[in-house]
Amino acid sequence: MQSSSQSLKSTLSSLWQTLFGDPMRAFGVVSLLLLISLAIAPAKNHFSEWRHYQKQYLALIVSRGDAVTLQRHFHEHDGIQQIWLPQLGVVDRCTTCHVGLKEASLADVSTQPFRRHPVIPHTLDQFGCVMCHRGQGPATTVEEAHSSTLAWEQPTLPARYVQSSCGQCHRAPLTGTPQLNLGRNLLARYGCVHCHTIKLPDGSAMKPTDDPPSLEHVADKTTREWIYAWLKDPQSYAVTATMPNFKLSDPDARDISSFLIAASTSIAGDIAPVAAGGEVNNKDQKAPDPTAGASLYGESFCASCHAVQNAAGNVVGGDVGPELTRVGNKVKPEWLRAWLHNPRVYDPGTAMPHYRFTDPQLSLLTAFLENKTDSDLLANVHLDAATPEQIAHGKLLVTEYGCASCHEINGIKKPDNFAPELTRIGSKPLTQIIFLPGMTHAIPDYIAAKIRQPRSFGSALKMPQFTLAPAQIDALTTALLALTDRAHDLPMALTVPAKPPSNYQPAGKAGQLMADLACFSCHSINGRGGDMAPDLTWEGSSVQRQWLQAFLKNPGTLRPALIRRMPKFNLSDDDAKELADYILTVYQTPAFDRDSMPASGYPSAEVEQGRQLFYSKYACQSCHIVDTKTDKGYVGPTLTQVGSRLNAAWIYHWLKDPQNMRPGTIEPNRNMNDEDARALTAFLMTQKGSSKQEAKQ
Amino acid sequence: MIITKRRRTLFVAVLIFVTAGCTRQPGPASALKPTGFGTALVESSGGKQIGATGMALAQPLVVQVNDEQGTAVTGALVEFGGPAGVTFDPSSGLTDSSGQLSTNVALGGMAGRYQLTARTSTKAQKSVELKSVELKIEEIALGYQEQVGFQLDNKYCARCHNPESSAERVSNYDNLEVKPHPFSEGDTLNKMSDAELTAIISHGGPALNKSALMPPYGYTLSKTEIEALISYIRLISDPPYHAAGMVYAQK
Repeated sequence: MQSSSQSLKSTLSSLWQTLFGDPMRAFGVVSLLLLISLAIAPAKNHFSEWRHYQKQYLALIVSRGDAVTLQRHFHEHDGIQQIWLPQLGVVDRCTTCHVGLKEASLADVSTQPFRRHPVIPHTLDQFGCVMCHRGQGPATTVEEAHSSTLAWEQPTLPARYVQSSCGQCHRAPLTGTPQLNLGRNLLARYGCVHCHTIKLPDGSAMKPTDDPPSLEHVADKTTREWIYAWLKDPQSYAVTATMPNFKLSDPDARDISSFLIAASTSIAGDIAPVAAGGEVNNKDQKAPDPTAGASLYGESFCASCHAVQNAAGNVVGGDVGPELTRVGNKVKPEWLRAWLHNPRVYDPGTAMPHYRFTDPQLSLLTAFLENKTDSDLLANVHLDAATPEQIAHGKLLVTEYGCASCHEINGIKKPDNFAPELTRIGSKPLTQIIFLPGMTHAIPDYIAAKIRQPRSFGSALKMPQFTLAPAQIDALTTALLALTDRAHDLPMALTVPAKPPSNYQPAGKAGQLMADLACFSCHSINGRGGDMAPDLTWEGSSVQRQWLQAFLKNPGTLRPALIRRMPKFNLSDDDAKELADYILTVYQTPAFDRDSMPASGYPSAEVEQGRQLFYSKYACQSCHIVDTKTDKGYVGPTLTQVGSRLNAAWIYHWLKDPQNMRPGTIEPNRNMNDEDARALTAFLMTQKGSSKQEAKQ
Repeated sequence: MIITKRRRTLFVAVLIFVTAGCTRQPGPASALKPTGFGTALVESSGGKQIGATGMALAQPLVVQVNDEQGTAVTGALVEFGGPAGVTFDPSSGLTDSSGQLSTNVALGGMAGRYQLTARTSTKAQKSVELKSVELKIEEIALGYQEQVGFQLDNKYCARCHNPESSAERVSNYDNLEVKPHPFSEGDTLNKMSDAELTAIISHGGPALNKSALMPPYGYTLSKTEIEALISYIRLISDPPYHAAGMVYAQK
């Protein structure tokens, strides 16, 4: 040891002597050191990551057919690239390494960072990169740009959530973003926004589209046993139930059911007389024809809104109303009968139309639905009479779990902001989040995990367990990720706002009738309503009075291929006339006068010319039927009686520009000249249908 | 002496680094011990799906392990693999009592065809050595443009061009005198150029001396929409349309 330190000392002193032995030598050495230190910066630059990628890119393109063009594009801007968009807060240097983003000819290159950008409606120069992909725009190293490093906490967005970025500016649904659209629908449909406030950038709050039933009179409708079973596991009653599972213990579910029954008040006064009217209602007494109930269910097109799970386990039917697979386990026969008689007595705002069923029909349908049971569902539910302590505890639980955020419950006020606000959840700082062990520390992972299994973040948390498919969880995460600071802070001029919701309300007696028949559950008028059936905004310009009145009384089918059709409401003559009058007077387009063309009297030559055009030039028979013997087209409505159904002027203008008459219709615009449109109108107006055919349909 | 000491330190340091680098990734399947071995791997469902880039496919991918007699094997280890960017949840597992293993698949970030593989070990007779059988599954990922095309197909085209009927949409295919070509029919459509497809979509069948039953959509759809539709048709074509770009497979 001693000798080695001795030798080290001598080595050092000899080294000193060699380097700085005399002034000249020292000057030379110091200059050299200075030069080297000056060279550090350029060397660092020379060996930087991005230069390495640019060299790789040049090597990649040199052997390609269009190398000269690609090289010219590259050399027009080599060095560090930057897209600077002050209005959007974008300073992106991504194109420094991602050199080939705009090169269409690089479609076959799969190695990053040289891939061409897929075709999207925006250009890089307008929007930059981080608007959609997040990450750190100004960074010039791979790690810093993409990952969540120490100083910067915004990593790039995984591709599965990229549609969320579209949602920052686009508030309305887009064709190209089905996942974002679905996610936004789910936020409203699964009632997330009952508990979580989501303020949209325009200042309005997102509104739920589900309609959780009021529980003020729940004891009229169902039993405590059913409530108990439902609370324990809503999906065991109906697989499509959107009610989440609160993972309640047996005593807790017992106490909540006790409280809900105890708090319920009766509206039996309105129900009793109706229920008394039905004698076939008695389950022991069988309906005359066992298939009659099923036929009535079919004829009334209940399945347009209600689904039933079939023997194969598939859920068949619409999702406007609740699934009815086991409805017999749930609702009391007298309640069901009264509900079918007039649903608006129990729930004035229901989407269910008020069918004018006759007494025998009520009995048939009640018996048919009450038979839809599952003997296992309530088999193991045995509840003793509720004690006051249980009821009191139940009330406490109902308050604690925020049940009144969704349901109206007697004696409990709807809580405000029951759960954390999600208005800017997409930009929530990571420091405010407690991640689970082993979880990626990124906001998308946190949101997805929270939706997938809320209670995994703590068994004492109140958020219930939703039943969602993986794609639905991704969609919800996407919609929530769109709620960023950027989305809120963008100048309004740079956003694409959604159409403001319409609160259109038809007036007078017809307006009341339309509410009673729940027309808006399926039809849309002036921007309000469902999309299951045709938009009726300009129906008054379209149809003839006689046809409309007859159709309202007894809706025939216009489109044989559709499984969802207008049900028969058993309207009285007066009601049908009232509705027809209103529709014909109010729902008129300003584009033309509906009486501007005659209903008949077209010269036969013109009619014949129209026939020729129909079958040869325009080949309308591919989608429409005029002659049931030869035509088979099933896409558009059957036109055998179109001359008795539509106004000539409507047909003419429709042929000229269908999308102008009904936006979004799939009939293609044929750019038809006036002469052809007139001839076709003449031909179609002669299609009156025979009275026999009409009777059949 | 100094040198050797330095060298030794250096050697130790290098050794530490190397071992640290090596022990970083433990074998992924080490936790699962197969209890059964099959000889064949078949796809039960979930292949040939059309999904979107980066997103989970709608249906899970289900594969089944069978033995020589074709009976399902329980407890066989199946491992899924695919090109970079594809994720499986779970990426490996043991088959259930019906011999099946189900996994949720999310495709990579680029539009194209994805070749996925499922692999299971087979025990060669009288040998401890493990061999494996592999099953190839293909899925398609739509990018933004193809996704728009898919939506347009659904709205405007599928009623006639897709012979399959569903409860929601009865196909008009059988009602037509001249049969339309399903969009996946690569044998016919791959021979048509983009310009020809654009012409027939914009101006109808007569533009290419074909049936007038195909109406023109040039006044209904925009140029971008027609391009999107063509990009979609090219991507779902079977056999594949080669100019449509990449087939992503595991390297």
